Amino acid sequence: MPTPLITQTDRGLYCAAGDFFIDPWRPVQRAVISHAHSDHARIGSDRYLCSSPGREILRSRLDGTATIDALPYGEVIEHNGVRISFHPAGHILGSSQIRLERHGEVWVITGDYKLDRDPTCAHFEMVRCHSLLTESTFGLPVYRWASTSEIFAEINSWWRANRDAGKASLLFGYALGKAQRLLSGLDPTIGPIYLHGSVERMTNEYRNAGIELPPTQHVSAGPTGTRWAGAIILAPPSAHNSPWSRRFSDAGTAMASGWMRVRGARRRRAIDRGFVLSDHVDWSGLHTVVKECGATQVWVTHGFVAPLVRRFQEMGLDAHGMTTAYEGEVDEPEGEA
Amino acid sequence: MKAFAELYARLDATTKTSQKVDALVDYFSTALPAEAAWAVYFLSGRRPRQAVPTRRLQTWAAELANIPDWLFEESRSVVGDLAESIALILPAPEKNLDWPLSEWVESVLLRLRDMTEEEQKAAVLAAWSVMDYRQAFVWNKLITGAFRVGVSQLLVTRALSRVSGVKAEVIVHRLMGDWQPSGEWFTQLIAVDASDADASRPYPFCLAHPLDVEPETLGDINNWQAEWKWDGIRSQLIRRTGQSYLWSRGEELVTERYPELKALGDQLPEGTVLDSEILPWKDGRVLPFGELQRRIGRKTIGKKLLDEVPVVLMAYDLIEWQGRDVREEPLVCRRTRLEELASAINAKNLVLSPLVHATSWSELAAQRAGSRDRNVEGLMLKRKDSAYRVGRVTGDWWKWKIGPLTLDAVLIYAQGGSGKRAGLFTDYTFGVWHEGKLVPIAKAYSGLTDVEIKQVDAFIRRNTLETFGPVRTVQPELVFELGFEGIQASSRHKSGVAVRFPRMLRWRTDKKADEADTLESVRKLLPGAAA
Repeated sequence: MPTPLITQTDRGLYCAAGDFFIDPWRPVQRAVISHAHSDHARIGSDRYLCSSPGREILRSRLDGTATIDALPYGEVIEHNGVRISFHPAGHILGSSQIRLERHGEVWVITGDYKLDRDPTCAHFEMVRCHSLLTESTFGLPVYRWASTSEIFAEINSWWRANRDAGKASLLFGYALGKAQRLLSGLDPTIGPIYLHGSVERMTNEYRNAGIELPPTQHVSAGPTGTRWAGAIILAPPSAHNSPWSRRFSDAGTAMASGWMRVRGARRRRAIDRGFVLSDHVDWSGLHTVVKECGATQVWVTHGFVAPLVRRFQEMGLDAHGMTTAYEGEVDEPEGEA
Repeated sequence: MKAFAELYARLDATTKTSQKVDALVDYFSTALPAEAAWAVYFLSGRRPRQAVPTRRLQTWAAELANIPDWLFEESRSVVGDLAESIALILPAPEKNLDWPLSEWVESVLLRLRDMTEEEQKAAVLAAWSVMDYRQAFVWNKLITGAFRVGVSQLLVTRALSRVSGVKAEVIVHRLMGDWQPSGEWFTQLIAVDASDADASRPYPFCLAHPLDVEPETLGDINNWQAEWKWDGIRSQLIRRTGQSYLWSRGEELVTERYPELKALGDQLPEGTVLDSEILPWKDGRVLPFGELQRRIGRKTIGKKLLDEVPVVLMAYDLIEWQGRDVREEPLVCRRTRLEELASAINAKNLVLSPLVHATSWSELAAQRAGSRDRNVEGLMLKRKDSAYRVGRVTGDWWKWKIGPLTLDAVLIYAQGGSGKRAGLFTDYTFGVWHEGKLVPIAKAYSGLTDVEIKQVDAFIRRNTLETFGPVRTVQPELVFELGFEGIQASSRHKSGVAVRFPRMLRWRTDKKADEADTLESVRKLLPGAAA
């Protein structure tokens, strides 16, 4: 087998022909970035390339002096004979699948992605390719998502019930992406919406990019005293049981994450409700993409690598795991999901 | 069943007692009596025998979901719960019906056991095809006999009391004994005035709290009655309407399993209920609990076993006398009557719980120190003027147990937990040294903090030597102090000993694996071994 276009190195996914890295873990000369989440976009590289809609968010996550080039979705740039283009991944604002083409051979590196509709970012684009390198965060058949509208109906009725019981609602979700998607689905007629500082910073980036979201206030602008009853507060998961969250003493608590699909994951966190809302592709979605992108070779990374590879092989695909430090382990799901 | 599934979800979503009771009250206020009856049945921990082998359910579900068995297994090990895994992989229902719980149980669940495999499959698939995720989850729990939700019978009775206005104690009593769930039964359960005349019905047991303060704080020792705390099966022997009934504390009618105690019951005067303990007993001494275990669970007992493990009834209290509920009378009066009864009957398998006499707490403490030699767990302290109360009431009855036996053992195998601990390695096997090797001595699941569980979990992941199915062999490094209640020789265990109620007391981060105990030192703890 000839050397694949993409290989795994200790600094991250590497394209030798083009001499650049994709979502590197350590500083490199040239980094092509799928999206701005911290496990994919790290500081210290000399030069970054990302999609135009993702540029400002990426800048806010890196140090201010980083050199960031940006490319509109679908436009091609050629680098050392490798044609690079970005295509919407539907994960968060500016998130991309990265398409690489060399001598007519096409690779797509999905980054993180989802197929569900999300008004806060461009919808996933199906890109034809020969080799697909896909994430597998939720690569088991127990992870399947209900429709987004159904989940939002649940969230809003939970908020309403808390309000009617004279309680505040404390909803946890990742500060970049998940929180803005949540905002887009909340029904602002139920009550006021407050944001944790880190959520607000990211929300402002979204608003600056022209994404319409309901009006919100920073928690510190909230009522003096403890009149949070009826309000909903969006905060990152790390704020759960923190000194910060104590001000909402009697609040109902909930978490929005794909991990909430499994009862044990919710109970371990000691929150009242778990809403199964994920920005990652689910089991059925993985199969749809693998089928429709036309790839003859599939590489599986981060998540349930081993079972997914085995399943794809059983289905007759030329599937491989891309070795990562986390392979085969179910880690304690604390991260963005 | 939607309402019941919704109730389950609400109970599962909170750890607050008040919210659980609210959820129960909402449910019982609207449920049909027939449905509510089954809800009480399941919520109070009763369950019909497993209807379908889980292996079959798993195969059918994987077939429906169009996934191979190995992938189902992979998923199950991540989810940590079979019923939930099945519900999670089932295709969306064709239509979503809302049959009453009672209908599902009576028309389908209870009939499954007698069906052929094909009939079972058809029935289960038909059920799944009309259930949403929540219903399917609860249904799977019911048919696998694994239904469990975080409510005690106490909460259920509290809710029923709130719904009906009937006192909780009355409901607790009506819930005891042998009953078949039906609409009629439920109506009587919450009826303000029902004739409480079921002859077999036992009383709720009066339970003791562990004594966690110095006994001196209990005041004058003369106000207290001290007895040994025996390790057997707490029970009530009932004689009513010419019949004898023996109940275990697990609310199981066990009369047939202890023919010698049934015979004893037949000697009791009409209208008598004894609070007591079933004990394996030979030559005037109690045998280890493990001996009694040979009889537990057997419906019929052969002559050999009857000879080897004879049982007696250790009588603690007399709570019904001449057909009258005497629980409100002071303990001393009940005790006097009990003593009179025992001497009048004079049966060799009725043993009156001996009183432990002492004139001071320190003298009593000295007696307690001899518990291990007597094969008892310590002392029971009961206020002489106490009534026989319902459940665990603070202040009147205390158990003053002796400290557990302990040993230091090495973590050698680990397995994933379930439920709240799904995805974490929480079930451990420990070994002690014997001829240069570690032999398994005990399994333990409890005793660590959440933080420690995470640390041990991380250690296991980094230090796995081998994997056999769900079990991992771990680099033998971590040492834990295990506590247990008793130890006896056992030919069924590789180590030759069996320990009772093992749990982790602490993580000995100060000890290395080679500093753990040896099998030899453990054997010295066996009763009768030279200290």
